[in-house]
Amino acid sequence: MKLIKSLATAALALGVASAAMAEDKTKVGFVFVGPVGDGGWTYEHNQGRLAVEAEFGDKVETVFVESVPEGADSERVMTQMALEGADLIFTTSFGYMDPTINVASKFPNVKFEHATGYKRADNVSTYSARFYEGRAVQGLIAGNITKSNIIGYIGSFPIPEVIRGINSAYIQAKKVNPDVEFKIVWAYTWFDPAKEADAAKALIEQGADVILQHTDSTAPQAAAAEAGNVYTFGQASDMAEYAPMPRVSSIIDNWAPYYIERTKAVMDGTWTSTDTWAGIGAGMVGIGEITDAVPADVKEAALALKAAIASGDVHPFTGPLNKQDGSAWLAEGEVADDGTLAGLNFYVEGITGEIPQ
Amino acid sequence: MDLSSINPVLLVASLMITATPLLLAALGELVVERAGVLNLGVEGMMITGAVCGFIITVETGSPWMGFLLAAVAGAVLSMLFALLTQVFLANQVASGLALTLFGLGLSALLGREYVGIKPPSTPKLDLGPLADLPIIGRAFFSHDIIVYFALAMTVAIWFFLQRTRAGLTLRAVGENHDAAHALGYKVVLIRFAAIAFGGAMAGLGGAYISLVRVPQWTEGMTAGIGWIALALVVFASWKPGRVVLGAYLFGGVGVLQLNLQAAGVSIPVEYLASAPYVVTIIALVIMSKDRSGAPASLGRPFHASS
Repeated sequence: MKLIKSLATAALALGVASAAMAEDKTKVGFVFVGPVGDGGWTYEHNQGRLAVEAEFGDKVETVFVESVPEGADSERVMTQMALEGADLIFTTSFGYMDPTINVASKFPNVKFEHATGYKRADNVSTYSARFYEGRAVQGLIAGNITKSNIIGYIGSFPIPEVIRGINSAYIQAKKVNPDVEFKIVWAYTWFDPAKEADAAKALIEQGADVILQHTDSTAPQAAAAEAGNVYTFGQASDMAEYAPMPRVSSIIDNWAPYYIERTKAVMDGTWTSTDTWAGIGAGMVGIGEITDAVPADVKEAALALKAAIASGDVHPFTGPLNKQDGSAWLAEGEVADDGTLAGLNFYVEGITGEIPQ
Repeated sequence: MDLSSINPVLLVASLMITATPLLLAALGELVVERAGVLNLGVEGMMITGAVCGFIITVETGSPWMGFLLAAVAGAVLSMLFALLTQVFLANQVASGLALTLFGLGLSALLGREYVGIKPPSTPKLDLGPLADLPIIGRAFFSHDIIVYFALAMTVAIWFFLQRTRAGLTLRAVGENHDAAHALGYKVVLIRFAAIAFGGAMAGLGGAYISLVRVPQWTEGMTAGIGWIALALVVFASWKPGRVVLGAYLFGGVGVLQLNLQAAGVSIPVEYLASAPYVVTIIALVIMSKDRSGAPASLGRPFHASS
């Protein structure tokens, strides 16, 4: 399987290699973890790529390789892109972090942008969206609309980004519904529709009537639609094709403005290594339309929370909050700092189960 | 830990659905390999079946047409492989890999307009009083016909290979194609038929994923099941009975581990997540102690002149 994927990516990389090169154009490369047609995470990154093309027209050339496995294979793809003359390379999954740093050290003149990671270098920036802000809004809705008081959560990998989402959703759900319980399943994949659907079914069979997902495909939506009377939220992309039920709202990643801004910086020669972490306020995280399947008062509360987060009045991680083991984390009114959030590796009090280490 | 939230009846019901695509694809590949051909294109044929079955079902509204044409699509695609390897004597491993890459690309292209559409649901087979039986009715007798078709095919393939003259001929071709040729059997023709059958079964398995198990079309949605089917054939020592056991074990442990996670069992998730692979391999390795080996001509090119 791994060998085959390597061969596949090698073949794709060759395809990239044979693409025509034009020296005066700024060449922007994208490394994607899933197919651009996944309807979720990679789809939105590709929308960002297309926006860059639309914005700069002939002055830019974009290339991308999709379904690149995280790990050593991705290094070869990035190296190939850099050798090809890419000026700027976006690597769009957490597992590309070390490969990006490794390749960047070999190509000091190529700029790299790694999504959702925390390792930077002179020619490596990191960028991510504060998805947890959107998760808070989801948690509020989920806590209100659940009848079984069981909310199913499909996690991908136990990394801080996913753990932040679980905590953020749980805090809000618990606030509006003290009886709420989270059942968490780790799929250990970003993209495997059959497995994601199986995970959703397992959660539904165990009584969950709201499913939150942190995997990339729309398969859990399909599984929920099949089961009936189960609510879901679009992840990374609007997934509006499943509205108004089961999908009642969504978190939409909007990468286009960032990709355009960074490409422009490379063109102007003003690019420097930065760390960007933007949320609802900056427009990097959008909340998809809340459908009529959600009661009007809940919808109103959700929109109010969204507005408060956007303006900075409310931080999803505001004390008093305890860690899962009962020890104190945040005092009354204290908000979590970005450093802690970036490396978050524990559940808040009330969530059952252990985080795989 | 609260195991009471796991409903064993629903668990068995999900297991049968999860195992079916794997079983179909593995049975097809088993026949291909017993004929002495190694087709690594299972994943490509499955995904092509998945997209074709989905498109036909959406357009005609009939899942049966979808399944039928998914099988046809898988068989047609496999003919490309058959032509390359049996007529032009191309390397089977390389041709199989090419078939997978081709299938993945082709399916992505064909499926572009079909992302996010909900297919008409596949009706359950009406088994009358059987389905009304307590517990086992819901667990075993409440599925669509493809689930039972896959099980029936297991028996049919076993019977064909072990109890019929045609099956014996097919095995002879797989064990020693030169001898089979010397006896006057049409080696290439028999292999074409076996490859087509393998393609049809893989296509059917793919369509089962896009029409029943998920049900939707997403690019790359088979996500490696074809490769697992290939491995399963080897671990099952090319025996249909062991393939069905392996597929159900793999599907069963896969579903069980997700349920155990949801129930909050205090076993580290890493062990649970790797359990389907580990358990299936251990079980089949123990069973294959009788040293039944691969078909002797597996993967070797054949030309009547040699």
